[in-house]
Amino acid sequence: MVEPETLLRVEKLHRAFDVSPPALERLLQRKKRATVKAVDGISFTMRRGETFALVGESGCGKSTVARLIVGLYRPTAGRVIFAGQELARLRSRKAAAPLRRRLQMIFQDPYASLNPRWRVKRIIAEPLRTHRLIVNETALRERVVELLRQVRLSPADGEKFPHEFSGGQRQRISIARALASNPEFLVCDEPTSALDVSVQAQILNLMKDLQRQLGLTYLFISHNLAVIYQMSDRVGVMYLGRLVEIASAEQLFASPRHPYTRLLLDTIPSIEATGQAREPVAGEVPNPIHPPPGCSFHPRCPFAKDRCRRERPELIYAGGTLVACHAVEEGRLPVASGMLRTG
Amino acid sequence: MPEPLLRVENLRVELPIRRNVLTAIDDISFTIGPGEVLGVVGESGAGKSLTGAAIIGLLEPPLRIAAGRVTLAGRRIDNLPSEAMRRIRGREIGAIFQDPLTSLNPLCTIGRQLIETIHTHLDLSPAAARDRALALLREVGIAGAEARIDHYPHQFSGGMRQRVVIALAIAANPRLIIADEPTTALDVSIQAQIIALLKRLCGDHGTAVMLVTHDMGVIAETAHRVAVMYAGRIVEIGEVAEVVAHPRHPYTRGLMDAIPRIGGRRQRLRQVDGAMPRLGEIPQGCAFSPRCPEAVDRCRRQGPNLLPAGGTEAACWLYDKVLLPA
Amino acid sequence: MAEGVFTAAAPVRLAPKLRRVFDSDLWWSFRRSPVTVAAAVMALVIIGGAVFAPWIAPHDPWDPASVSLLDASNPPAWLEGGSWTFPLGTDNQGRDVLSAILYGSRLSLFVGSAAVLLALLIGVTLGLLAGWCGGLTDTIIMRIADVKLSFPAILLALLIDGVVRGMLPRDAQSEIASYVLITAIALSFWVQYARTVRASTLVERNKEYIQAARVIGVSPAKIILGHLLPNVIGPVLVIATINLALAILTEATLSFLGVGLPPTQPSLGTLIRNGNDYLFSGDWWISIFPGVVLAVLILSVNLLGDWLRDALNPKLR
Repeated sequence: MVEPETLLRVEKLHRAFDVSPPALERLLQRKKRATVKAVDGISFTMRRGETFALVGESGCGKSTVARLIVGLYRPTAGRVIFAGQELARLRSRKAAAPLRRRLQMIFQDPYASLNPRWRVKRIIAEPLRTHRLIVNETALRERVVELLRQVRLSPADGEKFPHEFSGGQRQRISIARALASNPEFLVCDEPTSALDVSVQAQILNLMKDLQRQLGLTYLFISHNLAVIYQMSDRVGVMYLGRLVEIASAEQLFASPRHPYTRLLLDTIPSIEATGQAREPVAGEVPNPIHPPPGCSFHPRCPFAKDRCRRERPELIYAGGTLVACHAVEEGRLPVASGMLRTG
Repeated sequence: MPEPLLRVENLRVELPIRRNVLTAIDDISFTIGPGEVLGVVGESGAGKSLTGAAIIGLLEPPLRIAAGRVTLAGRRIDNLPSEAMRRIRGREIGAIFQDPLTSLNPLCTIGRQLIETIHTHLDLSPAAARDRALALLREVGIAGAEARIDHYPHQFSGGMRQRVVIALAIAANPRLIIADEPTTALDVSIQAQIIALLKRLCGDHGTAVMLVTHDMGVIAETAHRVAVMYAGRIVEIGEVAEVVAHPRHPYTRGLMDAIPRIGGRRQRLRQVDGAMPRLGEIPQGCAFSPRCPEAVDRCRRQGPNLLPAGGTEAACWLYDKVLLPA
Repeated sequence: MAEGVFTAAAPVRLAPKLRRVFDSDLWWSFRRSPVTVAAAVMALVIIGGAVFAPWIAPHDPWDPASVSLLDASNPPAWLEGGSWTFPLGTDNQGRDVLSAILYGSRLSLFVGSAAVLLALLIGVTLGLLAGWCGGLTDTIIMRIADVKLSFPAILLALLIDGVVRGMLPRDAQSEIASYVLITAIALSFWVQYARTVRASTLVERNKEYIQAARVIGVSPAKIILGHLLPNVIGPVLVIATINLALAILTEATLSFLGVGLPPTQPSLGTLIRNGNDYLFSGDWWISIFPGVVLAVLILSVNLLGDWLRDALNPKLR
């Protein structure tokens, strides 16, 4: 059996943002420079054809990772290697173009991701025109029609403006635009978070179908664990800019290892739990400018010990998954049963 | 069966714009009993937020109540002059909105906002009002209330701010709280805390809640009964457990099927094609008929009212006894 | 059957497009407001008169051959001593006031619109650059704008005008006087466009459709011109309409002060100035009529600008 190739490799990725107060204020009020480590040392790989999900709450850095991978931000340290090449190293737009063609993105807000003044056909044709993939106008029109049909819109929709469409339809247009240049890899940043539940189902089904038909690889960013359960093969859980657990979807939901993962799974309001009382875990996500030392989760962790306050845990193999937790490493953590009932 | 606290009868809300008059809420009726939590669930544009706004008298012109009545504890409130409604707001009906950031005045300390609310509705001395404010803060779970009462909203995190908003809502001990998407803007782990808080407070004080949200999971955990809204109408209403387990209306069925769940096989999600019609494009007859797999001719001609359908009430001709075989 | 509505080259049909205009909300709100309609009518009359002046003016007041001192200081036609050859009277040199107004409005409008267009060009370009590039570019442009704002418009125009006058010989001055004036007024007005465009650019720049274009690999120039510009230009157009009135007024003021257009190419302002000397000797019509026309023009353009701003405000829809 041929091992599917590694399409994306992320190595010790860092991205820090300077959020210092203006120079004058720092001088007069003796404030220090402040940086937010939005992404604090992330490493993972992705195989061709799989769907890898990054999950976490707001501020955990998953959207920043998405933007680092498509080249909207430059890393402050570490590397993003797509199909053997580093996008950040390619300085000129011309050199980067072949790579950009293969790597596209779908955004969260269907209302802001389409230029309100452009007709839909122009929006979808933009990648084709930019990379000069099709120069003949007739051929261009035909390709746009083909793309519209692929996302289950009608060819006549090409003449309309974005405001004439609902949120779900706009997201389809975004998908059509992303597929125009025949990419292999799609970064999907919360593609259905702004959509109603019934529309979300349509879009998720569409994305699954497209993946099968076109052999796409998805990096799927979301905060919704149920959606991730439906869509992904492997899952990475992020907290305050770090990866705390990487596992296959089944393993993560059946037996979550990291205390934060368990917290997340425990707190989802679930339909199955109708009428049940639940004891939620206390605490909130700390300020990212002053993260806790050592393991950033220790203030909220029921299993925290001294070592957790001093030493940052690294990802280690534990029972088939990667976990960054001292308690797991030391075998202190009782095995939990997750949301999946076996059998 | 106790007398309902809130009774909404045939409420109709209209929006006159430029050349047309659009119907945003079309003839809805429901009741909320004392101490009961009624969930109002629906997708965007269904009219659930407008319902809450209409009840509490905060409809923004040109929206207006065109027909129907709203009765609170036997007293009619939809036609009150604005001064009388203002007294009811806060004292009898409290409100919690979605965005805690904009619900609080950034220029006032939260203590001042709390005390101002308490003053407006209760006759207490300043010292007593401050004591009550502190008690409220402790009750909603804000640690170090004595210090934090003099902090400004921006010094609180999102979840803490929402707790302050809840404290404001219960400050004058209202009998009914309208909560419009109270947890949508919060992280998942904080959502659970806020939901638990709301449940506990309402249990302790016997406050009824009208919980408006698009998240069925939140409703399942918090509410006693649920009303499902579609295109300005209530299409199904009943006990939460019953609606979740055995939805009767085709839309509710579609909605429950479309919700992704953890557990079970990862198969295609059942989807309902199309989308909810926008205001002004609502079809004749049953608004759901274009998308309904069980639609018949009658559905396109006439819109059904809520009909008893076993454990719940559903607005669907499927449950019209005349049509059912003998 | 050919799929796709737009595969066959569909001829652009005017009628459905026109119908869309008259059906639109914009036209509806226009018709609803009698003030706006009146303003539009007045503005159209004056602008029409100005544009077609060479054809509809009864005389050419600047042709020395057709002007005769014998006709000097005739009152308007409906007063004693006036005649319908000169409906609004004549000035001290015998020039027909009505024709002078028509030609004068032509020049006023030309200078005013050209100044606004030039200001738009400068302001929008600088605003886009400042908003998109940020950093040092933004700081430099905004500080220049701040410096400019500390000069009142009239003062700046006077300064530029004076410098140019000093540099050029007399006859060359009259030739390019209107262009100097246009430049001077434009340089006084560009800042508000730059600021508005910069603010809108800062907002739009972070929106996902711009990010999507960057992910696709579109060049920054194409993003600015194709994506940003259409989305930030809206509020600017409203300001420009209202500014037109201000530009005409500024030109009139400068001409009135004597540093605008030369007497051989008088605008409405110059006419008012000329007539000023005769106001107290009883020949009131020489400056009052141009004054009224100027006031009506500015008022109607202002009202139109107000209506446009309200009509385009999405929150009021």
